[in-house]
Amino acid sequence: MSYLFDESQPIYLQLIKIFKIKIANGTWQAGQKIDSVRNLALDFDVNPNTVQRALAELEILELTYSQRTSGRFVTEDQVLIDRLKHEMAKNKTQDFVLQMQAIKISDQQIKELIEQIITELADKQKAEE
Amino acid sequence: MSIIQINNLYKSYGSVQAIKGITYDLSGGQIVGLVGPNGSGKTSMLRILGAFDMAYSGEVLIYGANPGLKTRKIVSYLPDKPYISDRLRAEQIIETYAGFFEDFNKDKAYQMLDLFKLKPKQKIREMSKGMGEKIAVLLTMSREAQIYILDEPISGVDPASRKIILRSIIENFSEDSLMIVSTHLLNDIEKIIDQVVFLDEGTIKISGSTDDLRAEYGKGINELFEEIFQ
Repeated sequence: MSYLFDESQPIYLQLIKIFKIKIANGTWQAGQKIDSVRNLALDFDVNPNTVQRALAELEILELTYSQRTSGRFVTEDQVLIDRLKHEMAKNKTQDFVLQMQAIKISDQQIKELIEQIITELADKQKAEE
Repeated sequence: MSIIQINNLYKSYGSVQAIKGITYDLSGGQIVGLVGPNGSGKTSMLRILGAFDMAYSGEVLIYGANPGLKTRKIVSYLPDKPYISDRLRAEQIIETYAGFFEDFNKDKAYQMLDLFKLKPKQKIREMSKGMGEKIAVLLTMSREAQIYILDEPISGVDPASRKIILRSIIENFSEDSLMIVSTHLLNDIEKIIDQVVFLDEGTIKISGSTDDLRAEYGKGINELFEEIFQ
């Protein structure tokens, strides 16, 4: 698997985002052991210290924790994970709404547009099944 | 802790000054990219660190010792020019190296030989230039050294082999080892280095953490490099 990083931004910040998504969508499940720094560095083709730095930030946010001998784990606190998910969703939605407002789309139109897109995507996904 | 200390280093070839007063400390646990245009002093500096060139002025300390026989035991150095006898077969060279360096890991060497799709029985002179360079890289990376000094490890090989070499750099990296990689192919390497040193006409122009530089300039390291040396 190859990830595309935006090289004009610090890589560790981009890794934090990627790891957060993994925790939010359950690719990394609550309480699950996280792969070693070296393996993650190899997976993402990045410097091991960069991975270390990103994981350390997640630890500050209490999304992960370290056990001295056995390694690093995803938090077992489902409330924290739900909060992360909610925050990510909220931020994205906020960005979206601000972008819509910037091009003078009314609040009513925004809501209609969301409904419409949800329906369209659902139909598409059904057709693919 | 500093593993390598460079104090007021000067190097000249006759009247040409290749290094003009470099003072720099390098600590362990990092992969350092040494970059700069042709003639900026990269190879001169690495030859000194690799104990291939003792004619310099200033002070260079590797774990407190001047580069020499003692430091060669802990420094795995890939020079810029081929240095292996072309009459030997790949496996003979691996055996020779294994006899020469205590930290040489033969399994690793044969593994990389396999990854590079090279044949153990093939003689170096029967190989292409790129194949010969892969042999040199695999010999360097098969040592379990404390310091790796790699002068242009990826420039002479195809993209698939580049990937193998970059992976072996990450695999060999440990918290207390130090890797110095010179290259002009920053694009390929910028994500795997965490420190960068830009050399220009024998002096250090910019150095620092790659992510800090990205944050400071809002640019990739390659982009920054191109801008500085355009």
